Amino acid sequence: MTGERPSLRRWWDHPLVQLTLVRYREFYREPEAIFWVFVFPILLTAGLGLAFRSRPPERTPVALVAGGPAADTLAARLARDEGIKLRILTDAASAQALRSGDVALVVVPTGAGVEYRYDAERPDAREARLLVDEAVQRAAGRSDPVSANDRIVREPGARYVDFVVPGLLGMNLMGSGIWGIGFAIVDARRKHLLKRLVATPMSRTQFLASFVLSRLTFLVLEVALLLGFAALVFGVPLRGPPLLLAGLCLLSALAFASLGLLLSARPRTVEGVSGLMNLVMLPMWIFSGVFFSSSRFPDAVQPVIRALPLTAVIDALRATMLRGAGPADLWPELGVITVWLVLSFVLAVRLFRWR
Amino acid sequence: MPSSPLSCPLLIRQLRKSYGDVVAVDGIDLEIRNGECFGLLGPNGAGKTTTIEICEGLMAPDGGEVVILGRRWGKDDRALRELLGISLQETQFSEKLTVVETLRLFRSFYRRGPAAEAVIALVQLGEKAEARVGQLSGGQRQRLALACALVGDPELLFLDEPTTGLDPQSRRQLWDLIERFRAGGRSILLTTHYMDEAERLCDRVAIVDHGRVIAQGTPRELIASLGVEHVLEFAVSDGARLDSAALSAVSGIRTLDRQDGTWRVQVSELHQAMPALLGELRRQGAQLIQLRTHSATLEDVFVSLTGRQLRDG
Repeated sequence: MTGERPSLRRWWDHPLVQLTLVRYREFYREPEAIFWVFVFPILLTAGLGLAFRSRPPERTPVALVAGGPAADTLAARLARDEGIKLRILTDAASAQALRSGDVALVVVPTGAGVEYRYDAERPDAREARLLVDEAVQRAAGRSDPVSANDRIVREPGARYVDFVVPGLLGMNLMGSGIWGIGFAIVDARRKHLLKRLVATPMSRTQFLASFVLSRLTFLVLEVALLLGFAALVFGVPLRGPPLLLAGLCLLSALAFASLGLLLSARPRTVEGVSGLMNLVMLPMWIFSGVFFSSSRFPDAVQPVIRALPLTAVIDALRATMLRGAGPADLWPELGVITVWLVLSFVLAVRLFRWR
Repeated sequence: MPSSPLSCPLLIRQLRKSYGDVVAVDGIDLEIRNGECFGLLGPNGAGKTTTIEICEGLMAPDGGEVVILGRRWGKDDRALRELLGISLQETQFSEKLTVVETLRLFRSFYRRGPAAEAVIALVQLGEKAEARVGQLSGGQRQRLALACALVGDPELLFLDEPTTGLDPQSRRQLWDLIERFRAGGRSILLTTHYMDEAERLCDRVAIVDHGRVIAQGTPRELIASLGVEHVLEFAVSDGARLDSAALSAVSGIRTLDRQDGTWRVQVSELHQAMPALLGELRRQGAQLIQLRTHSATLEDVFVSLTGRQLRDG
């Protein structure tokens, strides 16, 4: 072999770059992984956002008994009102519609005025009577002694989609950190590839660092895609300082990456590590408040729930995205996440089995 | 004192390793000379892989010492890893990477060595350079493993069962590549349970059984130590009635034993022993149904030392 001369080293020949490139290649050559990491959270957001969207106020169904010029004038006036959905029916048909609940109120023109037929125990019927009477009286020339001004307020941040997007983001950070690292490491151990790699002069630190580096790159994409989609399509607010949000995502990703490293430190089979990962993640999916508030669980278990990393991540994300909380408000959550990060990493390095 | 470190790529003294109650390596001594291809030959479970993995620094021995190129594990690990080329028994490289990507990765770990593309050409994988590892055949994967072992331009190459499970053509191709490496003056330690592989590739061989070296020397020396040149195997239609004492008395026959209905005879002078043996069989009225003869091999050395076949394990 003639390889004595040290070949020119380009920056991409650095082992850390090569190891990180391997991580990218293994990821993007696996279409399923791309779906679960990038597409699935967006589909979930879209589905939940559409299912629980806030609807505009419904128009109240009202019947008008046909017949005579008085009815025609009344019909013209009521049809202009946006809160009323008017149907013009015969006397018999309107009675039938009222009984079956198709309309809340029947308006009968009489010689000098109108008669309202409704069930006073139905709230929507009472509301319909107020609406119709207001329209009738105003059209006849009534004026308000006190002037009133309506200002409609529709506040983003209080809807379900606003609640669920930080939850989904936290869940995604956890899933891609733990799955992304756990499976890759255990698979390499099962194939004896880890053993082969440590038989080279490769630095073990750089090997582990390549997982963290590639996680951070994917993290930027994951967060930007999910939050971009939620902000553009559903107007989900990002009220806190952007740097705090970025730092929080980074810290969370590192904590879950360390947890993934810890879970994959010893298992020799993919089945073994997936059982372990499910055991760790399932309680957090349920208790950490991804889809509904974790405060619904009994007070007795609250300290345990607060100590879970995903609870801390989601609570902190919600606080800064929805309420605009600053770093000073988040120190308990940031503390919990940091403790998980440090403990998992130290344990992982101690327990890690290279063979 | 052993010979100077520079003239001795690998020195093993009284190596011991146990897994629980099972003694895998039971006091092995070896010394590999510069530029030599040395073979550890033995059945599965003889302790070959444990020995080679201790030498590779992947496992610590319970006792004994290993000196590689004048260095020891635990002190000069980084320097040693730069000098060694390693092919493990069962490494599956990432199937989603291409051949050239895999070699660039391995090349990046070493301070010196040929370019990835040059090693690919060397192991004759040029046409597969851009192919995914998952699409390679068994022989191509073994050549990739060899390429990964060569990419750091090693002084000493460790090959653990390099051709196990390959078809004959792939095995010959790999043998050619290993011989070419040795022709460059570097040293090789390989393990195998194929005696033809050891005879073809190795300058010297240690026969290992139950964690011990039971014979050591050049393949020629080991075979010559049998004192026989040929092995004759025959079967008769009703073997049970043969008079083995009379057969053993036939001139030129050294040993005679029977295994699964086949008689195995070691002979020194085939041209004299064969007619005499056939005459004796005719005298006993036996009907030959099979007759084979081959030159004595390392397999015969192993059989005569242990009473077992290599492949029986």
